[in-house]
Amino acid sequence: MTTLERPEIRTTGLPAQSWAIARRNFLHIRRMPEMLMDVTIQPVMFVLLFAFVFGSSIDVATPAGYRAFLLPGIMAQTVAFASFIVAVGLTADLDKGIVDRMRSLPINPAAVLVGRSISSLVHASIGLVVMSLTGLLIGWRIHTDVFQAAFGYVLLLGWGFAMIWVGIWVGSAMRSVEAVNGVMFATMFPITFLANTFAPTDQMPTVLRFIAEWNPISSLTQAVRVLWGNDQPLAEGAAFPMHHPIPFTIGWIILITAVVAPLAIRTFRARTAD
Amino acid sequence: MRLAEERLSVPATSVVAMTRSAIEAEGLVKHFGDTVAVDGVSFSVPEGSVLGLLGPNGAGKTTTVRMMTTLTRPTAGTGRVAGHDILTDPAAVRRSMGLTGQAATVDELLTGRENLRLIGNLYGLDSSYIRRASDELLERFSLADAGDRTAKTYSGGMRRRLDLAVSLIATPPVLFLDEPTTGLDPRSRVELWEVLRELVADGTTLLLTTQYLEEADQLSDNIVVIDRGTVIAEGTPLQLKDQSGAAALVVTVSHSGDLQTAEALLRPHAREVHVDVGARQLTAPSEGLGHMTRVAGIFEESGIVLDDIGLKRPSLDDVFLHLTGHRAEQGADDAAEGDPADQLDQTAGGMAR
Repeated sequence: MTTLERPEIRTTGLPAQSWAIARRNFLHIRRMPEMLMDVTIQPVMFVLLFAFVFGSSIDVATPAGYRAFLLPGIMAQTVAFASFIVAVGLTADLDKGIVDRMRSLPINPAAVLVGRSISSLVHASIGLVVMSLTGLLIGWRIHTDVFQAAFGYVLLLGWGFAMIWVGIWVGSAMRSVEAVNGVMFATMFPITFLANTFAPTDQMPTVLRFIAEWNPISSLTQAVRVLWGNDQPLAEGAAFPMHHPIPFTIGWIILITAVVAPLAIRTFRARTAD
Repeated sequence: MRLAEERLSVPATSVVAMTRSAIEAEGLVKHFGDTVAVDGVSFSVPEGSVLGLLGPNGAGKTTTVRMMTTLTRPTAGTGRVAGHDILTDPAAVRRSMGLTGQAATVDELLTGRENLRLIGNLYGLDSSYIRRASDELLERFSLADAGDRTAKTYSGGMRRRLDLAVSLIATPPVLFLDEPTTGLDPRSRVELWEVLRELVADGTTLLLTTQYLEEADQLSDNIVVIDRGTVIAEGTPLQLKDQSGAAALVVTVSHSGDLQTAEALLRPHAREVHVDVGARQLTAPSEGLGHMTRVAGIFEESGIVLDDIGLKRPSLDDVFLHLTGHRAEQGADDAAEGDPADQLDQTAGGMAR
């Protein structure tokens, strides 16, 4: 019979616990680098496809042409897909009992969500870096000062933060990764395409143009374009958000977070409490 | 920290420790909508002992464990783990127990060692301690060579062992195991039992749920039988077996052709004889060891070749049938259940047991 050593269990804080969980998610990426395809190969393909295949037939009036116009749009789409990343990861963990395992430990239950959010935000940021490098290669440039440039990236990450809550909500509500894929594809693709992301809105039919210009993704895209000097002069009759994209983007981030975060937490609790 | 002191002051082997309860459930009730999953379950597990929570699928075993481990809030009732109330002090409960759930919840993309480190970090354990404890645990669970491979490459038995090792990284005094051997092959099952026995010998209190009667029989000091959310019987494995009547004398002949002759031989010496042609077995109510020896002598003289003769206690399966009127395990699990221990029970009958 051995005498068991009972180690000291220190109560660590939420940051340390969240970091431990985020680190585990990073290890996942290291083991399965193909998880990064959604923020590397996929958007790069989009950039190349749109820039070279459709680009010649889309007429924009930005100084550097369609490619400069396109880049902020694809970046906005990529951060919007952060919700996808969160939802898929969370559903997989719930499904496999990893979340229950964590909840049986003496840790703050929020650490599971915060850790997941940190790693997803980093995941999406990798996409922004890859996108920026690709852009530089094909002729995209930021034409403003460093503060405006940085502000553009901050807005993109802020958007990513709001999208994390959407991801937690969807991830808690869905029963399988396949269901998450289905729901996210069916919603995020139309939302991110029915906007000014890939094509100027002024040539769309009136109703479509109205929807596209009020689409929150359009505010974000337009804000980033303005901040980076990639915007074209506003067309006649542009909707109100297009004239004030930065306040609208900040407003959307706050509104989405304020509405979805409580829903997400409630759904996650309901899913895990019973 | 507080826990360590508490446990040190009461050595697990002392008589005092045996009388203290490490796990107590008091009238636990859980409703899911209109469904009553658990309907007033109470039990108590003395420190350093093993309680087997036995019942068929859907009896409420997992829900009971989830309530005791603070994962699910009871609709009514409460419980204590290592003296901490599951409702008022769930954090202290989580510090004092480990849980190995029904599905092996190891992270497949991490190596064995990384799985241990993750949970160790979350417990706030010192990293040099985690390294040392991981080495020891991997060694103990025969995973030393696999420690740096991702868990995806592990067999079912290895995953279970890793899952258990992960639950033990902080050496919790109380361990909950929800169907720890479901889906394991017989060899892995026996290996896992061995590890569990060692843990108990080291002073850990164990609550395990199982649908395998044999498993409850093998490991538990006490068994609580639950069916449809309520406790229908409890006691030691021996007490439960005694409840459903006397032992039987079982004679197995080597050649099925001898079965009729054997029956005729046995008939005058038994109140009744039951013939099982498929198993080449004759079963009669036992009248004690002397009776068995006499019958053995008669067959010896007759020249009929026997495979086996012995006393068979009612198995827990018989007990379950007796208590509930239905069998504990249906269909798919039968193969696993019928096998090793029943036979063992039979051949060793009257001697070892």
